[in-house]
Amino acid sequence: MSAANTFSEHRWLPPLVGLGTFGLILLAVQLLIRAGAINRYIVPLPSDVAASFWRVITEEDILHRFLSTAWECLAAGVLLTVFGIAIGVTMHRTPLLRLACENWVGAMASAPLVLAYPLFLVLFGRSALTIIMMSFIVGLAPVILKTIEGLSATRRVLIDVGRSFKLTPAQQFRKILLPSALPTIFVGVRLGLMFALINVVALEFLINFGGLGQLINDLAERYDLPGVYAAICFVVLVSVVFFVATERAERWMKSAG
Amino acid sequence: MDEIGRLIRAREAPPWLAPVLRLSIVLAMLLIWQVLAVSGVFYRDVVPTLQKIGAALIKLLSGGDFYWNLWVTADEIGAALVIGGVAGLLAGLVIGASQFVASAYEPYLYYLGPTPKIIFFPVMIMWFGVDAGSKIAMGAASCFFPIALNVAAGMRQIDRVLIRAGQSFRAKPWQMALKIYLPAMRHPVVNGLRLGFGVALIGTLLAETKISNRGIGYLVVQAYNAFDMPQLYAILIVLFVIAIGANALVTRCGGFDALKQK
Repeated sequence: MSAANTFSEHRWLPPLVGLGTFGLILLAVQLLIRAGAINRYIVPLPSDVAASFWRVITEEDILHRFLSTAWECLAAGVLLTVFGIAIGVTMHRTPLLRLACENWVGAMASAPLVLAYPLFLVLFGRSALTIIMMSFIVGLAPVILKTIEGLSATRRVLIDVGRSFKLTPAQQFRKILLPSALPTIFVGVRLGLMFALINVVALEFLINFGGLGQLINDLAERYDLPGVYAAICFVVLVSVVFFVATERAERWMKSAG
Repeated sequence: MDEIGRLIRAREAPPWLAPVLRLSIVLAMLLIWQVLAVSGVFYRDVVPTLQKIGAALIKLLSGGDFYWNLWVTADEIGAALVIGGVAGLLAGLVIGASQFVASAYEPYLYYLGPTPKIIFFPVMIMWFGVDAGSKIAMGAASCFFPIALNVAAGMRQIDRVLIRAGQSFRAKPWQMALKIYLPAMRHPVVNGLRLGFGVALIGTLLAETKISNRGIGYLVVQAYNAFDMPQLYAILIVLFVIAIGANALVTRCGGFDALKQK
């Protein structure tokens, strides 16, 4: 029981242990490289990586790259929100269509669609449009599925209230169904946005075009090892920040709904 | 706008209506495709005729080359699933067993999970070479996270009563593992495997498209470089069918259908 008490008293202890472990691993790697146990041409010194952070930020035009990645994500995000919700609403309103096609959307979610990127390269060229369209397609399925799920889960009582006020179908949709489904729809949009971000960066890396993904490819081709590691850390940081921000937004949506 | 009523009515519609609708949508899409292909609106072969895609499919599936490359990729994905799966299972068990370990290390897994893994590929090439090693590492790194997180969540959702029942029968640790923990965690573990398989497949194949001389990813890029669009469509069709089929198989084996109905 005393152990349980220590936990509740020291809530900062576990995060500290996690952070400490992380620091210890970095220290161990640093020492092992210095001792020659790890080849420094394969794993650069963590101190070198930390030092090259600033260089990568100032010399590689990182703000511009970040903005170009962000713009591609935003464009894909707008597309998948608009089309995903529209398709979801249509399928919800036409139950026969839903009965016939909902499984297709599920199957689409489990197919490695991003592998079709060479096809998109042929269609749209080596451009931002390829990246945007591919990421849009990859993130579409969760938005459709969550829109249908959210609309279907509207409580019967709410629908009946709307009917007792003699709302027209359009009013019923705008005032009852949509507000009640919004938190669930947002879960889908968030999933879609996460997929879009992952795919935007991956495609930039693969086709060597655009923002942050290309930076990693560039640095790797120049064999700038500390730079590659620093850029990877930067991209991971960006996606974690994005993930946390959308998670906050989702929680806020749920509490507001 | 009576949602439930409408769905019931849709289900009560003649049972042949949904399949017929499905079939007509497919036929309509194929027809539109064919019209686009014949019309010449698109640049040569960007939208090839159905005959051309069909011929490419037959050629692909009747040659030994495809199966050899499929085997190479399947081998890499299998190795990735074993390595990433075992590591994920162990990490998940350790994290799921202790509240302290969970709050110390789980945030790292939780936040690193949805980052793009392919950016680690240059590093993987340095560590594991340009051949199969780096592809296996990509797949393993991709599937580690969903498996670890699902196993940890699975450990936590086990009914305490089951564990106490096992203890009161004085079950040995291996009996506890085999008779209590594993059966009770079956669904989250299979779900982790299903998600892990999906991302391992993508990680491995994307790595193959970046740099390789064998495997399905290599075939895709080769078809692109040769501008052999029918071949590219044929490979993608076969690949998607295999991926969707494998996903459905794992879902069925894991008893997910039964779970959903509960």
